[in-house]
Amino acid sequence: MDTLVLLTLTGLGLGALYFLIASGLALIFGLMDVLNFAHGAFLTVSVYTAWRTAETVGGMPGLLLAAVVGTLTGLLLAAVVELVLIRRLYGRVKEQILVTVGLSLAVPALVQTVWGADARPFPVPDALAGTVGVMGARVPVNRFLLIAVALLVLAGIHLFLSRTRYGLIVRAGVEDRAMVTALGIDVTRAFTLVFALGGALAGLAGVLGGLYFGSLSPHQGTSMLVFAFVVVIIGGLVSITSVALSALTVGLVQQYANYYAGGYGDLAVVVLLAAVVLSRPAAGTGSPLTRLRRALTAPRTRSAGGTA
Amino acid sequence: MTAPPILRVEGLDVDIAGSRILTGVTFDVPASGVTALLGRNGVGKTTTIRAVLGLLPDGGRVTAGRVTFAGDDITHEPTHRTVRRGIGYAPEDRGVFAGLTVAENLTLAERPGHAHRYDLVHDLFPELAARRDQRAGTLSGGQQQMVALARTLLNDNTLVVVDEPTKGLAPRVVTEAAEVLERAAERVPLLLVEQNLAVVRRLARSAVVLDAGQVVHTGDARDLLADTARTTALLGVGSRPDHGAA
Amino acid sequence: MTATRTPRATPAAPAPAVKDAPGTRHGLLRRLRPATVPVAVLLVLALLPYSALDIPVLLDGPVNSPGSLQLFALCLVFGALALGYDLMFGRTGLLSFGHALYIAGGSYGTQLAMTELGLGLLPAALLTLVLGALAALVLGAVSLRTLALGSVGFAMVTLAFAQAGSIYVERNPGSLTGGEEGLPLYVDGVPDALVGVQNTANVYWLALAYLALVAGVVWTVTARPAGRVWQAIRDNEQRVAVLGRSPFAHKLGAFVLASSLAVLGGVLHLLVTAGATPHTSTPEFTLTLLVMVVLGGSGTRWGPVVGGVLFTYLDQRLGGWDLGVEPMLILGSLFVLAVYLAPGGITALGRRRSA
Repeated sequence: MDTLVLLTLTGLGLGALYFLIASGLALIFGLMDVLNFAHGAFLTVSVYTAWRTAETVGGMPGLLLAAVVGTLTGLLLAAVVELVLIRRLYGRVKEQILVTVGLSLAVPALVQTVWGADARPFPVPDALAGTVGVMGARVPVNRFLLIAVALLVLAGIHLFLSRTRYGLIVRAGVEDRAMVTALGIDVTRAFTLVFALGGALAGLAGVLGGLYFGSLSPHQGTSMLVFAFVVVIIGGLVSITSVALSALTVGLVQQYANYYAGGYGDLAVVVLLAAVVLSRPAAGTGSPLTRLRRALTAPRTRSAGGTA
Repeated sequence: MTAPPILRVEGLDVDIAGSRILTGVTFDVPASGVTALLGRNGVGKTTTIRAVLGLLPDGGRVTAGRVTFAGDDITHEPTHRTVRRGIGYAPEDRGVFAGLTVAENLTLAERPGHAHRYDLVHDLFPELAARRDQRAGTLSGGQQQMVALARTLLNDNTLVVVDEPTKGLAPRVVTEAAEVLERAAERVPLLLVEQNLAVVRRLARSAVVLDAGQVVHTGDARDLLADTARTTALLGVGSRPDHGAA
Repeated sequence: MTATRTPRATPAAPAPAVKDAPGTRHGLLRRLRPATVPVAVLLVLALLPYSALDIPVLLDGPVNSPGSLQLFALCLVFGALALGYDLMFGRTGLLSFGHALYIAGGSYGTQLAMTELGLGLLPAALLTLVLGALAALVLGAVSLRTLALGSVGFAMVTLAFAQAGSIYVERNPGSLTGGEEGLPLYVDGVPDALVGVQNTANVYWLALAYLALVAGVVWTVTARPAGRVWQAIRDNEQRVAVLGRSPFAHKLGAFVLASSLAVLGGVLHLLVTAGATPHTSTPEFTLTLLVMVVLGGSGTRWGPVVGGVLFTYLDQRLGGWDLGVEPMLILGSLFVLAVYLAPGGITALGRRRSA
């Protein structure tokens, strides 16, 4: 029982991390069709600036300041990338993705050039280093912090999407970008906003990831990005809540399988992804995936054979 | 008709994915009344409208000519800027955001710096007021068309462009839509793509006929429709019974 | 509508702008002309091990020193890998993030077939090739089904499969894969002529033969009707279905062919680097192939080869020049710049100038 509790809470904590990364990815992809490979790079840079801050200031104030610095780093980096690089390639989605691929290779190399290739310990304040007894299990405190932050972020994104004009523009833009501009709205502003928001969340995820793993390395972001992609695809971009549920599922499956299936949690996630993708019925109308599918599938006709 | 036209299209050439779709399209939309853009399916009516608004699909571009709105060149302007000059647009597929409520669809159309005429919209479409919290995706085709038209009339536009508003609607609803368009046309000039000739006859003052990407006729709409032989030659639909007596 | 693109000139050997039209009856000379440049390039490359030329800065030793030849061999292998990857990306429009799975499969599969089954290099490589092609058939069919969810579904599922392979390799189950260390080449299974520093030239020629094979396969197939269908799929899939061709079968064909070439490439990588390294299994490895293809010019005859060779050369040499930065920082930044400044790849730059 105590193992199950520990696994569940750890899985939820991991799911919370995935959610923070995947929610930004999902918003960016939904609105702009851009699969943002640079998202992991935003996380990596943020965790390093946060680490510097936490080391310099120290203790709990250091961590709080690090969280702010990390979030701002992600936000600024993403905004700059959108304004300077992505915007010029407006309407050329393939090139936009390629640019993010280039960044995903160059930025970790930059971090490695500045701070070295080795993993470093992330300073965890004493208040967060301990464990709490839950139903007989000793659960690290930081798991609860991760879950709480993710819930707050979920509520915040939900409020943003449902209560603000930009949220409305984002939701409408995910459905039909062209029609949003036809209503006189400059949708590129929403692009910058969503990119910056995603970057900020990735930055925050970087700081929390530092706490969760207790260390940081130049390729931390890239390795987490793969799982965030999996979360986005399983979640299906229906709503931010579906991304959250998907993140939670992936986190739990990974933890359970790691313990009960001999350390193959990562493989279990991949199997889950394949199962979900292959069994998925027609997605709801109007979702970006449906739009893509409509654009990409051809009517199936029997082959008439013969060679040209 | 001495007032300058609100919209002027001159010698417009449009390529999409390397093929010429429009050639030298030239016409004016007067500053009042309804101008009907007519032609058989696939002659470039929707492309003309999309080119005017800067909404050509990927791979599409204006290669020659120019579009002026109220005297300003808007040929290569981004769509949102063109629209903010005072154009309302209801596309062929209605462009309603299915996941948003009726109220949210209208809120999104609110343009800063304009008076938002909810009184007019609710007067024309009382049903929308009752359904304001319903998701637009669950509305009927006719109701969705109301949302699309309501969005164009919400702001104080100086031109409203409507693409095939009666397409796919039941005859009774076609009549309702025609009534709404008629009332709208009292306030604002309309550029209307329409296949239903009864609706055209009822509403349109002037007509522009396209064929194979070129303008083949411009003139008074009623004169054109009165000439059955000519209508048949230009539109190929003269013998077709008009659906939905408007 | 030309079915194939005009071949482009490499910076090294400018080719005449020949319209590639095999199968047409235009006399022997015209049919041979497209072959003159590749044959000339092949000859020059084949003679490199006989040159003792010293090129300071660019090379550490003479051209025919083992170090230089090994570098060249690696460049050729990556040029061929990039060309094979472009069969999917540039020719058919399939964005796969899982190509590394087949390359690592080729490396580890051949190595393990030699150590665990006691096979010689050739049978081990052939067995791996057959198994790899079968795996590509199954995984390709599964991945392509997800195209119904958009090209992103395909990209993600191929990425996930490759990630699974990568995890498997790094977990080192039953001490089979050597984990992060990888496996040193099992020299007892390899013919003596391919082992040791003194035989680097032979390994180099083998790499060159692999490149020639991949180029021959890719260039031939893309010029045939199947290649035209691939191009049509890339440009407008609806039209292919309307013409009565099955897009699915053709896409699967491209996937299996590209993956099989990748398995062979893995065998070459194993021989050239004298070991199987876990890095070949990572999604990042596939990303670098994508970068090579785009850098050189996707969908062209020479672009992917040039991109692969250049990228690998810089990747290997930048570290040695002691610039104080990671090679990938320079390469990644170069790539980002290239997306803006050389949209058709670097081979298109020369063409644009001459056009």
